[in-house]
Amino acid sequence: MAATAFSASKFTQSFSLNSTRSVDRPPLFPASHPLKTTPSSFLGSTRKLSLSSPSSSTSRRRRRRPSRSPAVVAVSEVVKEKKSKSNVSLSNPLITNEEGLELYEDMVLGRSFEDMCAQMYYRGKMFGFVHLYNGQEAVSTGFIKLLKQEDCVVSTYRDHVHALSKGVPARAVMSELFGKTTGCCRGQGGSMHMFSKEHNLLGGFAFIGEGIPVATGAAFTSKYRREVLKEADCDHVTLAFFGDGTCNNGQFFECLNMAALWKLPIVFVVENNLWAIGMSHLRATSDPEIWKKGPAFGMPGVHVDGMDVLKVREVAKEAIGRARRGEGPTLVECETYRFRGHSLADPDELRDPAEKARYASRDPISALKKYMFENNLASEAELKAIDKKIDELVEDAVEFADESPLPARSQLLENVFADPRGFGIGPDGRYRCEDPKFTEGTAQV
Amino acid sequence: MAAIVQGIGSTAAPCASSNKFLLSSLGSSLLEKKRNFFVVRSDGKCYTGLNQQQRRAQNVVTNAVATKEEKASAAVGSKPGHELLLFEALREGLEEEMDRDPCVCVMGEDVGHYGGSYKVTKGLAEKYGDLRVLDTPIAENSFTGMGIGAAMTGLRPIVEGMNMGFLLLAFNQISNNCGMLHYTSGGQFKIPIVIRGPGGVGRQLGAEHSQRLESYFQSIPGIQMVACSTAYNAKGLMKAAIRSDNPVILFEHVLLYNLKERIPDEEYVLNLEEAEMVRPGEHVTILTYSRMRYHVMQAAKTLVNNGYDPEVIDIRSLKPFDLYTIGNSVKKTHRVLIVEECMRTGGIGASLTAAINENFHDHLDAPIVCLSSQDVPTPYAGTLEEWTLVQPAQIVSAVEQLCL
Repeated sequence: MAATAFSASKFTQSFSLNSTRSVDRPPLFPASHPLKTTPSSFLGSTRKLSLSSPSSSTSRRRRRRPSRSPAVVAVSEVVKEKKSKSNVSLSNPLITNEEGLELYEDMVLGRSFEDMCAQMYYRGKMFGFVHLYNGQEAVSTGFIKLLKQEDCVVSTYRDHVHALSKGVPARAVMSELFGKTTGCCRGQGGSMHMFSKEHNLLGGFAFIGEGIPVATGAAFTSKYRREVLKEADCDHVTLAFFGDGTCNNGQFFECLNMAALWKLPIVFVVENNLWAIGMSHLRATSDPEIWKKGPAFGMPGVHVDGMDVLKVREVAKEAIGRARRGEGPTLVECETYRFRGHSLADPDELRDPAEKARYASRDPISALKKYMFENNLASEAELKAIDKKIDELVEDAVEFADESPLPARSQLLENVFADPRGFGIGPDGRYRCEDPKFTEGTAQV
Repeated sequence: MAAIVQGIGSTAAPCASSNKFLLSSLGSSLLEKKRNFFVVRSDGKCYTGLNQQQRRAQNVVTNAVATKEEKASAAVGSKPGHELLLFEALREGLEEEMDRDPCVCVMGEDVGHYGGSYKVTKGLAEKYGDLRVLDTPIAENSFTGMGIGAAMTGLRPIVEGMNMGFLLLAFNQISNNCGMLHYTSGGQFKIPIVIRGPGGVGRQLGAEHSQRLESYFQSIPGIQMVACSTAYNAKGLMKAAIRSDNPVILFEHVLLYNLKERIPDEEYVLNLEEAEMVRPGEHVTILTYSRMRYHVMQAAKTLVNNGYDPEVIDIRSLKPFDLYTIGNSVKKTHRVLIVEECMRTGGIGASLTAAINENFHDHLDAPIVCLSSQDVPTPYAGTLEEWTLVQPAQIVSAVEQLCL
C-alpha cells in the first residue's frame, strides 16, 4: 500500500472524530418519538447532535495541534520529506496489466489532446480563455477511472481532461472548443463549460469555487435518493475538482461544512499546482497545507503526490469507497503541477525555471511508463501502439471538429429556458416562443 | 386569460356587471387551447380554464381586497372555499406539490424545525423529514448552489431566502449557475429550482432587511421572476413555480403574509407569465405588483369617488412581462401609471416603461408616469420610511395629473 498517503499524523485525529458519529450507532430515539416518523441517522437533526457533540468537542480539545514552524514551510520541502519515506519500491504491483494500459491510455489522451489544443489555438481555430492540463493528468486519471458512469464529476475551467477521463468523446470536446454545433454543449459552453448529461459531467465553471456547491448538491441528490426516495442501491459519488486558489474561497469552506455535517457522498479533490495564475499558493494562504482543513470540519484530510498516478489511485479508492459506504466526505490534496501557463494567454514568467524542471522530471506519464516496464506490466510495443492510437484519435477529433457546422442562427434562443414559455407573452397574445421567428433565432424576446 | 375580476366595494354578483368586459377581452384567446381562459356562462357564473386542456368549474373569488385591513367577503357561488392567511396559502401550495412529487424538497435557514421565519414551512419537517425540509447552515451562496446541483441531478428544490436581501450573497450562484447553466450546457441540464423569500419594505426593519431584489435579478437571462400579492395568487404561483422546469424566483412581501382570503378548495395552478386584472377601467392603466397593489386599490377608492375609472393590473410576472394584458389595457386607456416599491433607478418600473414605450408608443396619449421608491437606503425612522415609499395620496394626484 502507498504508506505515505495514510501516514498516521494526517489521519488519526479525524478518525476519532468520525467514530463518535458513525452510522452504525443504534437510533437514539425510539421509533414512536412524536417528532420523528422513522428513525434516521441523518445528522442534520439537532436532537442527535446535542447528544454527540460533547464527546466530539472534547476530542477536538484533546487533539494535538500539529506543530508549525514560525517560518512558512515550502510545500516542496514537505514533498521532499515524503519522497524520502517512500523510496522503497513495492514488491507487488498495484495494478494489473489491463489497468496499467487503461491508465496510460487515459493520461496520454489527456496530454495529446491538450497539446493539440495549444496548436489549434495558435492556428486560430479556438479563441478565448483556454486552460490546459498538461502535467496534472495523474489526478484526473487516478480518480475518474475509478468511477461508474452514474457518478458525477464537477470541475473548473481546466476541464478538458476531466471530460475526457469521464468518457466524453474527444470529438465532442474538440468540437465544443471549436465552437461547433456538434460540440458536447452545442458550441454554447466553450472551453470552460464542458457538460455531459450522459457521462454525468456537471461542468465546467468559469468562476473558481462556484462548482463546489453544485457538486455538493449532486451528492445531496444521491443521499436523498437513497433515504427519501428509498432507492437503496443508490450509492453515487460526486467528485469536485478545484485548485489551490479556490481553497481560500468561502464556498470551499461552506461546502466542507455542509458535506461533513450531512455525510454527503463527495470527495473534494484539490489539484494544488502551487500557482493561481501568478499568485503563488504560499503568498496567498496563511496555512498552505490544505489537507489540514479537512479535519477542521470533521472529515479526513489527505495529502498525496499528484504526479504519481498510482498513489493518487490508492488514495482515491479509499476516499471514493468511504463516500460509497455512506461514511461521508474526504478532502484530498494532490500536489501537482501544470507544465504550461495558467492559460494559453499567460506568458508564465513568474515561475522559477528550476521549479518547472523539477516537476518536469516527475512527469506522470513517464513515471507510469517506468513503473510498468520495471514491473513487466507492458512492453514498449504495447505502449507505442497506444501512443499511435491516441494520436490518430486526436487527429480524427480535429478533423471532425473542422468539418462540423457552425451553429445556425436558429440555435440562438433554443436553450435559454428549459420551458420556452419563460420568454413570456408578446403583445399579440401569443407566447413569444410560438412566434415562427423564434425558431429562426430572430424573434424579439 | 386567467383573471380575477374584482370590483371595489361590490358585494353581490359582480360577475354579471363585468360580463361585457370579459366577453370582449376573450377574443382570440378562446381559440388558444394552451392558455388559461375565462368563460362566462349564461347564468352569470364565471369559470376559469386551467392548465393546458384541463377545465374545471370553479367559482371566481369576486371580493375586493382593497386594503390590508379589510377582510375578504364570502365568495359568490355555491362552493365554499376555505379561508386562510397568505403564508398558509403558500404552505398549502408547497405541501400539495410535495405530496404530488417526492422529488420536491425545501432547503433554507430555519425552514425545518423552526418552521420558517414567517411560518411558511411550519409543520413540513415533521411530516416529510429532515432531509426533505432541510435546515441549512448560514451559507446562502453555497446552499443555493447546492440547490442548483440538486436540481441538475433530478430533484426539484425550493430554496428559501430568510429575507430576500440575503440572496445577495447567493448572487454568484443565481446569476451564473441558475440562469445560465441550461444554456451553457447546450440544454443538457435543466434547473427546475424555485428561489423564494420575503422582501420589500416592512415596518421599520432597517435598510438591509428592506431590500427589493427584483431589480437586481431582472437582467439575468434564463430565470423567471414572479411576485405574489394575494393568498389566491400566492398558492397558484407557488404551485406553478414548482412545476415549472425553469428556474423561478418567487418574490413574497413581509407585510402581506397575514392577508386573509377565501380560496377555492379545488386544486388550481396559475400561469407564471400572465398578469392579473384587478379592476377593469377606462381612464388610466395602473400597473403594479406585490404590496403596492394595496396602495393602488386604496387610491382607487378615492379616485372612483372623484369620478375616475382606473384600470388596475397586478403584473405578477416581473420577468417576462405579460405584454398582452398590458398592451390591451394601454390600447384602451392610453394612459399608464406604474406604481412599484422598487427603487427608481433600474427598477422593474424602469424596464416596464421601456417595454411599453417600445411596443405601444402609438397608443399613448401621455408619457408614462412611474412612481417608485426613492433611491434611498430605507431609513429606520417610521416617518422617513413612509416617505421613501409611494403612498396612496401620491397615486391619486399622479392619476389626476395624467388624466388632465
